Amino acid sequence: MFYLFNFYVLAALTVISAIFVITRRNPVHSVIFLIITLLSLALLYVQLQAEFLAAVQIILYIGGIMVLFLFVIMLVNLDVVARQAPFNRQWHIAGLAALVLLGELVAALYWGRGTPTLPLAPPTALQPNTELIGVTLFQNYLLPFEIASVLLLVAMVGAVLMAKRR
Amino acid sequence: MTNPFDILAPYLPDVLEPFILPLLQIGVVFLGLSLIVAYIVYAERKILAHIQVRLGPMRVGPHGLLQPIADGLKLLLKEDIIPRGADSFIFWLAPVISVMAAFTGFALIPFADNFIVTDVNVGLLFVIGISSLGIYGIILGGWSSNSHYPLLGALRSAAQLVSYEVALGFAIVSALLLSGTLSMSGIVKAQITHGVWFVFVQPVAFFILFVAAIAETNRNPFDLPEAESELVAGFHTEYSGFRFSLYFLGEYAAMILVSSIAVTLFLGGWTRPFQSVGWLDFLKYAPVALFAFCTYWCVAHERKMPRAPEWRWQRLMLLGLGGGAAVLALVFVAVPPVVDAVQGVFWFLVKVCAFLYGFIWFRGTFPRYRFDQLMRLGWHYMIPVAIANTIFCGVGLVLWRSLGWSFAGSLWIGTLLTLLVALLLSGQTEAPEPTVTRRGS
Amino acid sequence: MVPTTHYLMLSAALFTIGVVGVLTRRNVLIILMSIELILNAVNLNLIAFSRQLSDVTGQIFAIFVITVAAAEAAVGLGILIALFRTRETVNADEIDLLKG
Repeated sequence: MFYLFNFYVLAALTVISAIFVITRRNPVHSVIFLIITLLSLALLYVQLQAEFLAAVQIILYIGGIMVLFLFVIMLVNLDVVARQAPFNRQWHIAGLAALVLLGELVAALYWGRGTPTLPLAPPTALQPNTELIGVTLFQNYLLPFEIASVLLLVAMVGAVLMAKRR
Repeated sequence: MTNPFDILAPYLPDVLEPFILPLLQIGVVFLGLSLIVAYIVYAERKILAHIQVRLGPMRVGPHGLLQPIADGLKLLLKEDIIPRGADSFIFWLAPVISVMAAFTGFALIPFADNFIVTDVNVGLLFVIGISSLGIYGIILGGWSSNSHYPLLGALRSAAQLVSYEVALGFAIVSALLLSGTLSMSGIVKAQITHGVWFVFVQPVAFFILFVAAIAETNRNPFDLPEAESELVAGFHTEYSGFRFSLYFLGEYAAMILVSSIAVTLFLGGWTRPFQSVGWLDFLKYAPVALFAFCTYWCVAHERKMPRAPEWRWQRLMLLGLGGGAAVLALVFVAVPPVVDAVQGVFWFLVKVCAFLYGFIWFRGTFPRYRFDQLMRLGWHYMIPVAIANTIFCGVGLVLWRSLGWSFAGSLWIGTLLTLLVALLLSGQTEAPEPTVTRRGS
Repeated sequence: MVPTTHYLMLSAALFTIGVVGVLTRRNVLIILMSIELILNAVNLNLIAFSRQLSDVTGQIFAIFVITVAAAEAAVGLGILIALFRTRETVNADEIDLLKG
C-alpha cells in the first residue's frame, strides 16, 4: 500500500516536471525541472530495488551531465533567445504525431494484458544489488564494459576538440 | 548494547513503528548540527585570532561565547535585498539547495555503533551523490544574481568542485576496496575487523581525500571563488541577511560532512584509539577528563575577570558553565554505563573536531592558490596520484589475499609504489606563462 | 507491490513528452534535454523489467545507456558551442545553410 502511494506521488512529480522541462522559456528553468525529474526517477529506481542505479543516476546524470548543461547555458549568451518564440512552426503536427505514439504505446500495453506473465519476483530476489552488478559486469559483460570506456575516451577527445578555439 | 530508543517502542502504534527511531535520530542530528555549526563559526574566529596574535570576540558573553547568537540575530534582522533583474525563484532556491545538500548527507553517517539514521547498502555512493548536489547551490546562486562577479565566481567554483570531485572519488574508492562494502557502518566495522584504521595502511588516499575535501568546500587555500580580495565575495556577493547566513551555514555543514566522511572512512569512525590494547582502557574516561578541564578553565578565568559590578553577569555565566561541566564529569564517574554509552559519539566528535581544527589552521596559515595553479594541481597531480593509488591498493590487496602476506605489509608496498609515482610526477615543470591571446583568432 | 504495467505506462508517458520536446522546441539545448528525457524513459523501462524477471541484465544495460547518454551529451554540447561561435544562434530553425 505504501509502495503504491509512493509510486503515484513520484510518477506525478516526474510527469509534471517533464512537462515543465519542455514548456519553459528560460533554459535554466528547464534544467532545474529536468533535475527534479531525474531525482524522482532515481527514487523510483530505489523502489525497484536498484539502489546502485539510483546512486549512479544521481552522481553521473544529475551531478555530471546537468552541470555540463548549466555550464553551456551560462557560456552561451541566451538573452536574445529568451525573447524569441519557444515553439517552432510545426508544433501542431508534432503534437498529433506524439499523441499517435502515446496511443500506440498504451494500446500495446492494453492488448497485452491477458497474456500470462512471469510471476513478480519476491522483494529479496535481487539482493545484494551492487555485488551482483559488479560480478555480472565483469564476468558476462566485460567486452561491452571495455568498449564503453573507449567510447567515453572518444567522446572526451571529441568534445574537447570541438569546443576548442581554433 | 541496547538501543535507548527501544524503551519507547512498546508505547506507540504499530504503523508509526518504522518512523519513530529515524525521526528521533534526525531530530537529534539536526539540532546538534545547527548548534555545532554556529559554534564552529565562533571557534574559527577565536582560533584565527590566536594564530594572528590577537584575541577575537571577547565582549558578547564571557570570552565571546554568546557571539554566534548575536551574529544569528543580526543576520536574521538585516534587510533582504534582491538585485534588479535577478530571477527571484532561482535566487531564493540556490542557498536552499546548498544547505539541503549539506544537511541531507548527515543521514548516512554512523555516529556510534547504533546511531545511524539510515544504513543504506550503498551509503557511500549516496553521500558522494548528495555532496555533488551542492554544486548547484553555487552555480545557480551565481547565475541568478544577474551580475558579473558572482557569475565568474560561480563558474570558477563549479569548475574547481567538479575537478576535485574526481580525485575525491578515487580516494574513496581506495577505502572501499579495503573494506569490501559500500555501507558506511560496514566500513567502520571492517576497520574493527582488520584491527587497524585505514589511515595507517593507505596514507596517500587519506591525504588526497583531505586535500580534495578542502577544495570541495571552497576553503583556504582553495577559496579563490569566494575570496574577499579577489572577486568581491564571489558567488554570494549579492546575498545579504538570512540568505547569506544559509550559504554560510551550508558551507560549514559541508565542512563537517566531509570531515565526518574522512573520519568514517579512514580514522575508524566511532572507535577509540588503540581499542584492542587492553591496558589503555583507562582512555575510556577521556570525557571525564575533558569536562574536568572545562571546569578548571571556567573557574580559573572567572578568577581573572575584574570584580566590577558590570562584569557580574559574565562571571555568573562562566561559573554556570563550569558548574554544568562539573556535574557532567561527576555523572560520568558515578554512573558507569553512561560513560560506555557515550564513548562512540565522543570519539567520533573528537576526531571530527581535530579535522575542523585542521581546516581552520590551514585557513590561518596558507596563501591562496591562483585559479590556474589550482586546476593544474587537481588535474596534473591529484588525479594521477589518486589513480595510481587505486591501482596499487588493488595490487596490495592481491598480495594479501592470494599470497597470504600481512594486511598492513602488502598495502604498504602499494603505498610505496604510489609514492614513487608521485615523486616521478613532481618532476614536471611549471606550465609556461600564458601569452596574450590575439584578437579574432 | 506495484505491478510492472504502472512503470511501463510512466515510461511511455515520459517517452512521449520527450518526443514532443524534440519535435516542437526551437532551442537546441531544450532539444538535447528532451533527448535525455527519452533515454531516462528507456532506463525506467529496463529497470522495471529487470525487477520483474529478477535478472540483473536490465540494470547493466541501463548503466550502459547512462554512459552513452553522458558521451552523447558531451559531444552534442561541444557541437552546440562550435555552432554558436560561428552562427551566433542556438535556434534550430536558423541553422539551415543546406536548405535548398
